[in-house]
Amino acid sequence: MQIVKSETLPIRSESQVVDVRQSVRKLSVALKFSLTDQTKMVTAASEIARNTLIYGLGGDVVIEELEDFNRKGLRLIFIDQGPGISDLDLALTDGYTSGSGLGLGLSGSKRLVHDFEIFTKVGEGTRITLTRWK
Amino acid sequence: MERIPILKMGPFLLVTIQVDMHDRLAMSLQDDLTQKIVEKKARGVMLDISALDMVDSFIARMIAHIATLGRLLDAHTVVVGMQPAVAITLVELGLNLTGVKTALDVDKGITWLQSQMALEGMDDEDLEGEGDDANREE
Repeated sequence: MQIVKSETLPIRSESQVVDVRQSVRKLSVALKFSLTDQTKMVTAASEIARNTLIYGLGGDVVIEELEDFNRKGLRLIFIDQGPGISDLDLALTDGYTSGSGLGLGLSGSKRLVHDFEIFTKVGEGTRITLTRWK
Repeated sequence: MERIPILKMGPFLLVTIQVDMHDRLAMSLQDDLTQKIVEKKARGVMLDISALDMVDSFIARMIAHIATLGRLLDAHTVVVGMQPAVAITLVELGLNLTGVKTALDVDKGITWLQSQMALEGMDDEDLEGEGDDANREE
């Protein structure tokens, strides 16, 4: 599998969350994702970007265009050095929120993408990877 | 900071969201709308999201809040123009926006709002006299 293109965007403000959405939309369009698949990817990106800002206390997202045996994909790696998630199973439950949200950001995003990976360590940070293939 | 315009259309308020909203803008829309409903004695709110190519859980929550706030303030809310890809994604996310009335377009939205007002036995002429009641001598 190859990483054809890669760019890193900061997520340290609300307007940067919007920038991330727009970049993901642009790339999904360029990769010729269907409209529904584009929307799913952009929505998942918005959820995780917001989490990175609010719970992760700011971070970055690495946006990669992938190529694997003739199929193309889009991978987003959200990284923060925030407090980490202490109970991952709980956090991945529909409706659970440690803040004032709807509790569907993590669990919902998982359903919107093909591959979902989360790595977190309390006191060190969190890394969440979202991948969608065409 | 920019604000999303709220237009008065007879007894209703029309909000058309045409920008990619950041969270603070969504919150200020909620506040502005609540204030305007009371200020203009609005009986209905139409939220036009036909230009939104994405609705995430934060925006969905704002929509649900607006509907509830409207109900508390005696106004009906209808959300119009949801794009199919948005609807599919919301369902996948696990959001069903119960309690929020939706309509296909602005026309159908207005028809529904008017029917709600008719059901309550009030029409435009009745609204003119509302402000006088407080001053009437009993």
